[in-house]
Amino acid sequence: MDIMKINNLVKQYPKVRAVDGVSFGVRQGVCFGLLGPNGAGKTTTLEIVEGIIPQTSGEVLYKGKPRTRDFAQEAGIQFQSTALLSFLTVRETLATFARLYKNPMDLDKLIALCQMEDILERFNDKISGGQKQRLLLALALVNDPELVFLDEPTTGLDPQARRHVWDIVRTIKTQGKTVVLTTHYMEEAEKLCDEIAIMDQGAIIAQGSPADLLQEHGKGVLASLPAFSFPIDPMTLADENIRVRQKGDNIQLQTKDIKGCLEKLLQAGVDLHSITVRSPNLEDLFLDLTGRRLRE
Amino acid sequence: MKAFWALFTARNKEFYRDRAGLFWNIAFPFLIIAGFAAIFGRGAEPTYKMGVVPSQGEVLSYQLPARVEDSPFFSKVEMPNKEEALEKLAAHRLDIAVQAGTEPLSYWVSDTSPKGAIAGDILEAAAAEPEVLKNYTARQTIEGFQVDYIDWLFPGILGMNMMFSALFGVGFVVVRYRKNNVLKRLAATPLSAFQFLSAHVVSRLLVIMFSTLLVYIACVLMFGFQCKGSYLALITVFMLGGASHVSLAMVIASRGSNEEFASGLLNLLSWPMMFLSEVWFSIEGAPGWVKGLSQALPLTHVTSGMREVMSYGGGFAEIMPQILILALITTVFMALGSWMFKWTG
Repeated sequence: MDIMKINNLVKQYPKVRAVDGVSFGVRQGVCFGLLGPNGAGKTTTLEIVEGIIPQTSGEVLYKGKPRTRDFAQEAGIQFQSTALLSFLTVRETLATFARLYKNPMDLDKLIALCQMEDILERFNDKISGGQKQRLLLALALVNDPELVFLDEPTTGLDPQARRHVWDIVRTIKTQGKTVVLTTHYMEEAEKLCDEIAIMDQGAIIAQGSPADLLQEHGKGVLASLPAFSFPIDPMTLADENIRVRQKGDNIQLQTKDIKGCLEKLLQAGVDLHSITVRSPNLEDLFLDLTGRRLRE
Repeated sequence: MKAFWALFTARNKEFYRDRAGLFWNIAFPFLIIAGFAAIFGRGAEPTYKMGVVPSQGEVLSYQLPARVEDSPFFSKVEMPNKEEALEKLAAHRLDIAVQAGTEPLSYWVSDTSPKGAIAGDILEAAAAEPEVLKNYTARQTIEGFQVDYIDWLFPGILGMNMMFSALFGVGFVVVRYRKNNVLKRLAATPLSAFQFLSAHVVSRLLVIMFSTLLVYIACVLMFGFQCKGSYLALITVFMLGGASHVSLAMVIASRGSNEEFASGLLNLLSWPMMFLSEVWFSIEGAPGWVKGLSQALPLTHVTSGMREVMSYGGGFAEIMPQILILALITTVFMALGSWMFKWTG
């Protein structure tokens, strides 16, 4: 069953159409990811769904009906960047937000879940970036929500802090909560999301489980070689089975027939010592679909 | 109610933990009053600076006629010569210059100095025989209670401080909260705009009452101010004054996330109020339109209400017009502020 259903959402600003006819459903208990580069319309879409900004047209349904005031009681929201009430400790910040809800989560449980035992007595603006992100995540969970929205939860974090956040998201998924997140990190989407919608220029360009999407769009394998390995112009190797792209100092060949491709490279006298062969990931898929890299 | 208290206590903590803000809230009005007390003192009359040019003779003498010497209106400064005295007169560093040892007494004033003209008249009156003056004027002093300037100023300063605390403490903070997305975060909770605004208003009123009480007690102990009328009436008019200014701040802060713009708007409001609401001086002789404008400013009604109670012993009956006007302003601005309020910029 879809806990959220979004139909033909449009957000028109005076000079730009930020969201252009977006439709998707979020099944209960899954982690749904909106994936796309900066400016793709992910955050605008998410904030309309959250009820923070109004849509120009389109429909947002929660449990099959338009959202009511109870939606704020049942949804947990983490924005990309927010300051908090000043001069409050982490514990006081949590307690203040908990008192805004009818049925808050037990604070000790929340503190343990978000690994905040060490920073409880520190002011909320005197903690590290990773700690702040965990606090914002905790605030999104303070009402023990059924549905959690996370807008780029790990942007700007170091790898360790990012893994901390992923652990928390995995834990809340096991508790049966539905998670909707936006990200421009492929790895994050592949590791956390059961379903993704790839957005570009305000519209969804592909949707499904990561595995299905790769199966559907990213057929074949990718072979990479340094440009200096080629005695000839690599572009002359392209044919109906081989796509050739320059990626920095490397040449990338995408093919459904790796055996034929390798034979062709050997015939051309290409030095294969530095070759790497791998399956395409979501990053490649995005490049395939849009002709641009995700973080461009 | 739980949400209201959560936010109310959070705001209070923010106030008393912000040491710099706390210091200025309390120290600023106290310093102003202490400064004015030092300048004007109690019962002192305005003085004019008189430069005395020495008499021309073998021995320099600064001796003036006894009645001029005794006049309380002049503070005398001995000048080395006439040239320097006239130079200082022209630069408005002296109000009047007098040549000692002359009969009739010679003096100079600058035509461009209003104080000089008055100082000249005072000098002439002081130098004249009292018996002669009696033929022209009859001096009488009013009997009973009189208000020293510093007593008159005290309620004005308290009111002004309340105005700044209310306007900037709420207006500026709410706009900053909108700018750095604190309001957006709160908008994602079930908190209503009314709960948020009322928690802010009540917290700020508490802060204003607390800081004013401290300043009031300190000033009473140090300068001997007293409230001649009903304390309850005084608190009522002051609280309503606070509420009306906080509500006004809510209207200003209801939209927008530009702190500079909000700050400009707050200054644009607070400066005319400071000068037209009789904080520092009476506008009794001002043109009609200035008086009309003054009546439209909430601070005017706060200062006049407080003065009525503190200086003239008034009670609720005497300040009912002020109470009603301030209650009306509060209601209108509060409704307008809630209606216009936006969480995001």
